[in-house]
Amino acid sequence: MVKALHELKTADYRVDAFDVARIRRDFPILHQRVHGKPLVYLDNAATTQKPQAVIDAVGRYYSTDNANVHRGVHLLSQRATDAYEGARVTVQNFINAAESCEVIYVRGTTEAINLVAQTYGRKSVGAGDEIVITAMDHHSNIVPWQMLCDEKGAKLRVAPINDAGELLLDEYERLLTPKTKLVAIPHVSNALGTVNPVKRLVELAHARGVPVLVDGAQAAPHLKIDVQDLNCDFYAFSSHKVFGPTGFGVLYGKKALLEKMPPYQGGGDMILSVSFEKTVYNALPYKFEAGTPHIAGAVGLAQAIHYLLGVGFDAIMGYEAGLLAYATETIAALPGVKIIGTAKEKAGVISFVMDNAHAHDVGTILDQEGVAIRTGHHCAMPLMKRFGVPATARASLALYNTKEEIDTLAAAILKVREVFG
Amino acid sequence: MSDLRDLYQETILDHNKRPRNFKKLENANRSADGYNPLCGDKVKVYLRVEDGRVQDLSFEGSGCAISKASASVMTESLKGKSVEEVESIFKRFRDLVMGKAEEADDLGKLVVFSGVCEFPTRVKCATLAWHALQAALQDTKEAVSTE
Ligand SMILES: Cc1ncc(COP(=O)(O)O)c(C=O)c1O
Repeated sequence: MVKALHELKTADYRVDAFDVARIRRDFPILHQRVHGKPLVYLDNAATTQKPQAVIDAVGRYYSTDNANVHRGVHLLSQRATDAYEGARVTVQNFINAAESCEVIYVRGTTEAINLVAQTYGRKSVGAGDEIVITAMDHHSNIVPWQMLCDEKGAKLRVAPINDAGELLLDEYERLLTPKTKLVAIPHVSNALGTVNPVKRLVELAHARGVPVLVDGAQAAPHLKIDVQDLNCDFYAFSSHKVFGPTGFGVLYGKKALLEKMPPYQGGGDMILSVSFEKTVYNALPYKFEAGTPHIAGAVGLAQAIHYLLGVGFDAIMGYEAGLLAYATETIAALPGVKIIGTAKEKAGVISFVMDNAHAHDVGTILDQEGVAIRTGHHCAMPLMKRFGVPATARASLALYNTKEEIDTLAAAILKVREVFG
Repeated sequence: MSDLRDLYQETILDHNKRPRNFKKLENANRSADGYNPLCGDKVKVYLRVEDGRVQDLSFEGSGCAISKASASVMTESLKGKSVEEVESIFKRFRDLVMGKAEEADDLGKLVVFSGVCEFPTRVKCATLAWHALQAALQDTKEAVSTE
């Protein structure tokens, strides 16, 4: 049974029991020095590193199976198609979708959201309608809706958050009106680490007949995802943030909705028959997958999922909760450092600012110590404004990070104090 | 290995903490904004240009130590210079922070930014205020255009 993150007690932290040394051996990139120091990779919210198994699977695909999918009678095309469609079933099981045709392959979270905006959105949203997002959304869950609203004369409504970075449920509920045509929310905030109560947010929206899109980019590497339990209508995530290849991702959608939606792009693979008079669109999921896809991306993502399931999400969540608690305690105790985002339910992210040093300077000094973090607005400029900071420094965790790395991070932060006082 | 002390020289830390000419220039007749979306650095440069000379200049904004100190030292270094001199100093300053300068002796205090060339991700920070300055200079309107 997976516990809510805040329910985990120190005794539950499996930081010591979890064999992180073994995990680290699976990730070749981690074993290098940068600026003469061992690499401490804490920029996992930007992108994650790849286990050897994923690197090998992609290499093997190109070395032995490469062909185009869905269009050849020859053996290689069959093998490529099997790998590609097999990956869809792996993804289906990973997020517990009811059917594999509900798994649409896309380039990533960004494209998944744009797809919904351009198909479902354009069809269902009209003048005077409203779309509800949150104050903690990533630009990729803001701009596509803004573009749609501009086009349709609709209005974007933003559910506010408290100073801890938690969504204000009452305010959210108040924004849901008969004008609301769609809710789009992040499962986990990339800049704060807040885990939103998605199931509850979906219930509240559904009670008013409003469908919900969940941006799962930051949830997929940390949490067990069950789209049927969440009961969301759409769920988006990126392969590269779950230890798979870049340029690939998934849009999950409920079949009944997907079937009613117009296609996204026109081209090969998305059609059943084409004449110059009329084209008949293909069935799900192909209706949304025009053109030759990123086949190796699907192969790599499936391998990454197998890898994660092999480690086990209960183990991963337990370990990461402990590591995050340790990191939070360690960093909060440093002088002149303030953590931005202190929600009760958090995953993977510690954003912070320092009294005397701008985030960008923090990033440079940490880099010299071998510590890779992200600094800046994290594609969440409205959120930075909400907290009154131009930028933050963000350390983001993955299952291969260690307590020792957190100690290195803390020592590097003290170096910043040495330089800037 | 590049040394942090080469980047964060005392003068830079000092100008970061106590930026000079850090205000709105009331009698400015040119101004321009600079923005570095990568790290959120924002700067506004004010100029009073008369008879082809930068009679006075100042800046406002927020940013990292490198961009703030660079703006501050820039305002100190350029007061009273002709527009042609400013262009030439900017060119040499840019070469300096990009590691292309042969020698930098004549750049005066600006040489404290020589360490930036070891940190390619920070070149934009060091040149932000200068780009804003250039935009302000190229603005041909004589009256204050931006508030
Ligand atoms: C919360 C969130 N949503 C969306 C995205 C966009 O993902 P991608 O760039 O892979 O499309 C990101 C990645 O930065 C993210 O963190």
